[in-house]
Amino acid sequence: MSDAAFATLMHAQPMVPQVAHVRGRRKDTPDAWTLDLELANGARLIYAPGQFNMLTAFGVGEAAISVSGDPAGGPLIHTIRAVGPVSRALTALEPGDPIGVRGPFGVGWPMAQAEGKDVLLVAGGLGLAPLRPALYRLLGERARFGRVTLLFGARTPEDIVFRHEVESWRARFDIDVDVTVDHAASEWHGHVGVVTTLISRATFDPCNALAMICGPEVMMRFVAMALVEKGFGEDAIYLSMERNMKCAIGHCGHCQLGPTFICRDGPVFTYAQLKRFLAIKEL
Amino acid sequence: MENLERILAAHPFFAGLDGEFCTLACGCAKNARFDAGQFICHEGDSADQFFLVREGRVALQVSAPGRGASTFLTLGPGEVFGVNWLVPPYRWTYDAKAIAPTRAISMDAACLRNKCEANHSLGYDVMKRLMPVLVERLHTARVQMLDLYGARG
Ligand SMILES: Cc1cc2nc3c(=O)[nH]c(=O)nc-3n(C[C@H](O)[C@H](O)[C@H](O)COP(=O)(O)OP(=O)(O)OC[C@H]3O[C@@H](n4cnc5c(N)ncnc54)[C@H](O)[C@@H]3O)c2cc1C
Ligand code: FES
Repeated sequence: MSDAAFATLMHAQPMVPQVAHVRGRRKDTPDAWTLDLELANGARLIYAPGQFNMLTAFGVGEAAISVSGDPAGGPLIHTIRAVGPVSRALTALEPGDPIGVRGPFGVGWPMAQAEGKDVLLVAGGLGLAPLRPALYRLLGERARFGRVTLLFGARTPEDIVFRHEVESWRARFDIDVDVTVDHAASEWHGHVGVVTTLISRATFDPCNALAMICGPEVMMRFVAMALVEKGFGEDAIYLSMERNMKCAIGHCGHCQLGPTFICRDGPVFTYAQLKRFLAIKEL
Repeated sequence: MENLERILAAHPFFAGLDGEFCTLACGCAKNARFDAGQFICHEGDSADQFFLVREGRVALQVSAPGRGASTFLTLGPGEVFGVNWLVPPYRWTYDAKAIAPTRAISMDAACLRNKCEANHSLGYDVMKRLMPVLVERLHTARVQMLDLYGARG
């Protein structure tokens, strides 16, 4: 099936999972795996950085998982942390096993708005996975953007997802990469401290910059506050939100946050849009 | 001394310090240099110095039996460590180790304490500079304790 015909089909039947097969499986951290998928009909899923799919572990259930591969080409890649029944079943899949795919869903990272600006990516833990497609796009079309910086915080050095790739980005001259961990044994000679401590060391023009943040909600809140303090406008700070999802098309209300549905209106929102709701406990 | 005074005034911790205070503080300061891997102080030692990092990187570590040393914070240019100089019984509560060739300004703790005691305006100024560092460290330690990226991340 052609890629365009497949996109039309996915759009027309958004609740019907398409069958794909696992073609590659890599362990990234002690509890996260990356899967390379190939759709059974041979089509390629066209998606924007920051969008997500609903992945089905057949017989177990479905979970929202961001695409973590390169939107310009290559296999459909997802990076999944085993936290519960569905994610555990997905990460246990072996090459050749079938998997269900619905998507892509949601509004992704503001790539067009970022053009001509300094772009600051701040990732915490597995939050680097949804940001990686944006980074591929930034590096692939490097001349369109100003200074590009990735600030990445992980729990320990062993929890650094895409470690080899992070090292290769650090070696490039056209992107600044700074990594910190929360705790480390004494052999680690990198930074130790929370990810917000990297912000004061980063160089950007806050009046002409755009930030994309992804990680645990508390971390995103603190990063957004630190960026506002550095002079970022609240509408120049974008966050990717997570809530339990069922339909992923704005029908069931499972992912409601205030007046918005995260699956349909997000998962990427500006801090200006979210600030009020982030402050409400248990929302 | 003049040179050291300039270096001290240029360090973010003392940025904007009144000229007279700067001369007073400078009387307690000297340059320090550490090789990568060199311990600067050990937990339990007398906290007789307070350091302003100019270059390099310093790891603050605690050791637990059977687990070796863990680093809980690294500090770089523009940052300070050794705040125990101000709080009795003036003992280091962690090990500090240079993990890159490091240059710092070392402040003699007893000297600085005496000057702050004798000149409360200087003391209050120094305190206003230390408090934000302590509040920031407390905040980041709290966030670290939440273990955000852990199982319930
Ligand atoms: C838009 C969007 C994109 C997402 N992208 C990814 C992704 O790329 N990779 C990925 O691994 N996950 C991603 N998630 C999160 C994933 O959908 C959830 O973790 C999902 O709940 C897993 O289902 P489960 O049945 O395995 O666990 P559940 O039964 O739903 O949860 C089991 C336990 O894990 C806890 N838990 C749930 N989610 C998380 C989490 N994210 N981190 C830590 N603990 C958690 C729950 O509180 C519960 O205690 C995304 C979620 C959304 C909304
Ligand atoms: S998951 Fe159903 S409305 Fe968002």
